Amino acid sequence: MTREVRLAQLAHARSGDKADRADIGLFAWDAAGYAILEREVTAARVAGHFAHLAAPGAALKVERHELPGLLALKFVLHGALDGGAARSLRSDNLGKTIAAQLLRMPLTIADHEAAALREGPP
Amino acid sequence: MKSVRIGAGLGFYGDSWEPVRASLERGGVQYIASDHLAELTLAILQKDRARDPTLGWTRDLVPMLSALWPLAQPRGVKFVLDAGGLNPAGARDALLAAFAAKGWRARIATVTGDDQLARIDELRAAGVTLAHLDSGAPIDTVRERLVFANAYLGAAPIVRALAQGADIVLTGRVADAALFLAPLVHEFGWPLEPTRAADWNRLAQGLAVGHLLECSGQGSGGNFGAAREWSRIPDLTHIGYPIAEVSEDGTAVVTKAEGTGGRVSFDTVRQQLLYEVHDPRRYLSPDVVLDMGSLRLDDLGGDRVRVSGATGHPRPEALKLVAGYDDGWLGQCVVGFCWPDALAKARATVESVKLQLAERRLPVDEVLAEFIGHDTFLGPHADRSREDDLNEVWLRMAVRCRERRVAEAFPRLFPWMALSGPPYMGGLHGVGAPSQLLGVWPALVPRERVEPQVEVTVTDVAEAAP
Repeated sequence: MTREVRLAQLAHARSGDKADRADIGLFAWDAAGYAILEREVTAARVAGHFAHLAAPGAALKVERHELPGLLALKFVLHGALDGGAARSLRSDNLGKTIAAQLLRMPLTIADHEAAALREGPP
Repeated sequence: MKSVRIGAGLGFYGDSWEPVRASLERGGVQYIASDHLAELTLAILQKDRARDPTLGWTRDLVPMLSALWPLAQPRGVKFVLDAGGLNPAGARDALLAAFAAKGWRARIATVTGDDQLARIDELRAAGVTLAHLDSGAPIDTVRERLVFANAYLGAAPIVRALAQGADIVLTGRVADAALFLAPLVHEFGWPLEPTRAADWNRLAQGLAVGHLLECSGQGSGGNFGAAREWSRIPDLTHIGYPIAEVSEDGTAVVTKAEGTGGRVSFDTVRQQLLYEVHDPRRYLSPDVVLDMGSLRLDDLGGDRVRVSGATGHPRPEALKLVAGYDDGWLGQCVVGFCWPDALAKARATVESVKLQLAERRLPVDEVLAEFIGHDTFLGPHADRSREDDLNEVWLRMAVRCRERRVAEAFPRLFPWMALSGPPYMGGLHGVGAPSQLLGVWPALVPRERVEPQVEVTVTDVAEAAP
């Protein structure tokens, strides 16, 4: 059996900007949580989640980097910031809230994984 | 083993220096390194300099050091700051005047040579393409619209300034983490172009420490992006900025001053470690390439986290250059709508404004409408279940246009609606001034074209005083 959870239940995140790239660090609270992140939060899934940030007609290119020692994934979203902070029309021109958007992502996980979820620091 | 304690200063132009007091009084720091320059802060400084050639530096410098120097000087604490912006000499002169007026003595160094704007044609003639790092487009497409162009310098000139006995080093654009790496290189005598792998690893450790400290409170529990857990970080009002105690072998403990708020833990430190890093196995800087894949963070408890195991690779051949170019104007307006039908009324207003733009033939390249309080930040991932029954919502509309007059005219399309538009509109906070938009142009420049131009100048306040 499976259950739907929100990424915010098992991870924390911070986002930032460099030119027209947004970047997000995503962190599990423990190794079991990291295994779920690594399996579920793929670059393709993240690209779909943030498709609305791409320039009209463009596809969002997303890179993922894995850091198992830090129980962390790093995502780089190319072309996600409306051309960059100083030419963007957006309220969040620096992409600071993009991490929160990622944490809204729903995940379908096994019941036993959900039962063992750590939702804060050990 | 010898160790050095270095504390974080500001994380951006406009940040608070109050937390630095605790680092000076109780943190045992020997250096404060302070980052005033975000990627496009130079654009703001360029406007200042255009108005007054003695400006072009971040004006928080003088009040910050006027407040902190009386605490730093008796303890022998030195400052490294990129507050020089586009005009380190101007920053120095302002500081010299302020210190002389108070009768304070200090040795102030400037680092210049990062500014490449006046050299673009020379670089192009020498075969440096300055092509856009992502798109590969030639810089000639924006050449006439450039407002600044600066190379990111590394630690070397700051080390030279410290070796000449500087108490305060003012730089322009340098890699943020180099502000922190430089004092370590100076104190420990680490070679900057080593031949041994172990020495590159040490530089990589120093760079990692700098990266952990360069965003002030983000390294000690500020902006901690975790649901619920953020609220358990104690006393952010009195946050202590991070302090690193670095050993000669490069290993470090990140901590903060006793009695301050915030938190230094595995979680808060790793959030900052990856912040604005792209490939964590190849974090580029002018001095060393840092591989975080092998890096260890050990939470020692009591707001202490040990940082060890970074791997370093030889520095890149090219320096990064970031230019900014004029990219039109932004005009905007914000108005609020109350229940009932708050969102429907905001949407009707969007349609009206678009119609007015067309009827008045105001040329705009792009129109953005945001429903603040509803989905501005979460976009398609916002909860829409109460969309038809919002208590209130704010409409923000923004346009991108080529002409300033259009950006000025845009917010004037709104006020009449208070009496003649949809009901219960409130909170029109005046008609704002337009702002200039800037495109960012990242490129590479060979270091041998830049480094010979870099100059370190040292001045003593007492000598300079009239």
